[in-house]
Amino acid sequence: MKTNRLSLTFTSLPENVLIARMLASSVGAQLDLPMNDLEELKVAISEAVSNAIIHGYANKPNNTVTLEIDIIGDIITVRVHDTGCGIEDIPQAMQASFSTDPERMGLGFVFMKSFMDTLDVASEIGRGTTVLMTKTYHSSPHTSH
Amino acid sequence: MQKHIAQQTLTLYLSGELDMSNADDLKTLIDRDIDRKRIRTVILDLSAVSFIDSSALGVILGRYKKLLALGGKIQIANAPPHIYRILSISGLPGIIEFISDGKEIS
Repeated sequence: MKTNRLSLTFTSLPENVLIARMLASSVGAQLDLPMNDLEELKVAISEAVSNAIIHGYANKPNNTVTLEIDIIGDIITVRVHDTGCGIEDIPQAMQASFSTDPERMGLGFVFMKSFMDTLDVASEIGRGTTVLMTKTYHSSPHTSH
Repeated sequence: MQKHIAQQTLTLYLSGELDMSNADDLKTLIDRDIDRKRIRTVILDLSAVSFIDSSALGVILGRYKKLLALGGKIQIANAPPHIYRILSISGLPGIIEFISDGKEIS
């Protein structure tokens, strides 16, 4: 069974969300994921990392976000961790249209839930939040290697 | 990004990846024209957009609410299929008018 593990640690800067997505793209290309699956993986990771920066760290730079991607067989596990303020009420935070920022639609968790098979959030006030997502993938049927 | 203004209508031709790194700039740009140039219709052309997430969707919904209060509207034009899929899950097509080559599609 094929296994692979990648870890990316970066400063809580908005421009680093793109770098997190680039890692997702590279992993997706390596696994030959269909385009829709790759796009959905990118959105899920983008949302988790954005939440860490916007909510976990209240947009303050000089904090650290960790993204880990584990591939075991055809299951991808994504872990996004911050050591920020934590989430007081996780079920409420995961509701659509709930958001601590009125400009946002509270869709981050909705996208993560829609695009991944499992979503687990562990959080402790003042200690940080860990988002764990998994998805079983099937490579594109038209591989031409 | 190209923009075109005519008859209180702002058309923005967005490109690349729309996320939290540029959502605030997009919000400021649109709000400035709504406030200073009395824009009442905003058309966002997404034909050259390759990625969108909830940060940009929040800006679109926020502008929808702002324009609605002013008697205006926002339209999404020429969204590529993979972008439309993301927008569909958000429920946005039920709220905001989607157009393709000038014709309404939702």
